Amino acid sequence: MRTAITPLQLLEPKTLVTALKMLRNDGPLTPLAGCTDLYVGLNFGTLPAKRYLDLSRLGPLRRIRMEAETLVIGATATYTDIIGSRHVRRRIPMLVSAAREVGGPQIQNRGTLGGNIANGSPAGDTLPVLAAAEAVVALESVDGLRKVPFTGFYTGYRTSVMRPDELIVAIEIPVIDGAQWFRKVGTRAAQAISKVVMAAVRASRPRVALGSVAATVVRLPRTEAALAGGAGMAEAQRVLMDEIHPIDDVRSTAEYRKQVSANLLARFWAETG
Amino acid sequence: MSHQPSAMSLVRFTLNGAVVDITAHPLKRLLDVLREECGLTGTKEGCGEGECGACTVLVNGEPVCACLVPFAHARDAEVLTIEGLHGDHPLQRAFVLEGGAQCGICTPGMILAALVLGENPPIEKLRAGLAGNLCRCTGYEAIYRSVATAWNDGDVAAKRRGAGAGA
Repeated sequence: MRTAITPLQLLEPKTLVTALKMLRNDGPLTPLAGCTDLYVGLNFGTLPAKRYLDLSRLGPLRRIRMEAETLVIGATATYTDIIGSRHVRRRIPMLVSAAREVGGPQIQNRGTLGGNIANGSPAGDTLPVLAAAEAVVALESVDGLRKVPFTGFYTGYRTSVMRPDELIVAIEIPVIDGAQWFRKVGTRAAQAISKVVMAAVRASRPRVALGSVAATVVRLPRTEAALAGGAGMAEAQRVLMDEIHPIDDVRSTAEYRKQVSANLLARFWAETG
Repeated sequence: MSHQPSAMSLVRFTLNGAVVDITAHPLKRLLDVLREECGLTGTKEGCGEGECGACTVLVNGEPVCACLVPFAHARDAEVLTIEGLHGDHPLQRAFVLEGGAQCGICTPGMILAALVLGENPPIEKLRAGLAGNLCRCTGYEAIYRSVATAWNDGDVAAKRRGAGAGA
């Protein structure tokens, strides 16, 4: 543990109203829930924040429920909650696939969907799923609730439209027509950060989202348009490889990521046809 | 409000079946509280980043990495560490008899992760259930064999007699 704990402060609200007031009046505060990303930074001594807001006592924030035709996943629902939810299984099986590949059981038992969004890693396993699902992020502050399309949530590498006094309270999943597809490519099945992760929906207007190929999760509008327009797979793959601009890093090379992304597109199309 | 470090928190939780009251900083890692405040050093630190599973304990019956859990989250919870199995659990006996432990650092975490899989888990469930636990001695086959034979009392008893005779 490379962070001195003693100077740190944890606020432990018991209700959402109190939590939102603390964010507004006592900020800046870093929210924490499953801590599966946050404590990695704390253990490495790379987390500058001194003041934290515990969301674990806010029971209603963990609920998964249907509101009419919309699936509403509470921000602190864990991957294990998601895997076990019949609503999620029925409505968005590609999210179950993604949740099963996050870390191992220990991480799935603690990590939360809201945390994956707030952490904002370009490699976040669930993020391409939410982009392909055209999910909506529900943000709440003392001023009230506002809803942001997930595809417009990030503004850059680990930056978003969320204000410091706002909390992600839920993720809304609309009805998804068409076959859903998910694939994560990493060094091993469990406990690996993705080299490339793709989620896609096969419908009259196909949707393709990729993680780990840009500063944020991305949708591929040009590739989607090519597929919708009846382009052959070779042509669609050329469009995709022109559309993405991955980087070389410790996990993989740009060239590898481009080729694997193109391969995944072909596999998605073949397996959902 | 200006920054004020948190005071030590008195947290009541159930540890290996007994209700305990422990005082520590609310953001101290559960791993460190177990080892230092509670004196239970069976829970090992491996990587300190949730990759290796060596520090696995059960919180409310679910395996978690104790290096990623703030002490505050132990409040009112049921925590089970390797000490809670008292050294004579079928899984522990099987790890001894089957060579499931080599250097031993991953062993407490392996056993606790295996504990929630129930008796005689099928191999796919076993592999998925232990996917978050790394063994740097590459002893996975012996580990899988240990879990697979743990609940077969006849076999274990026979091997124990055999091991005793050979020693």
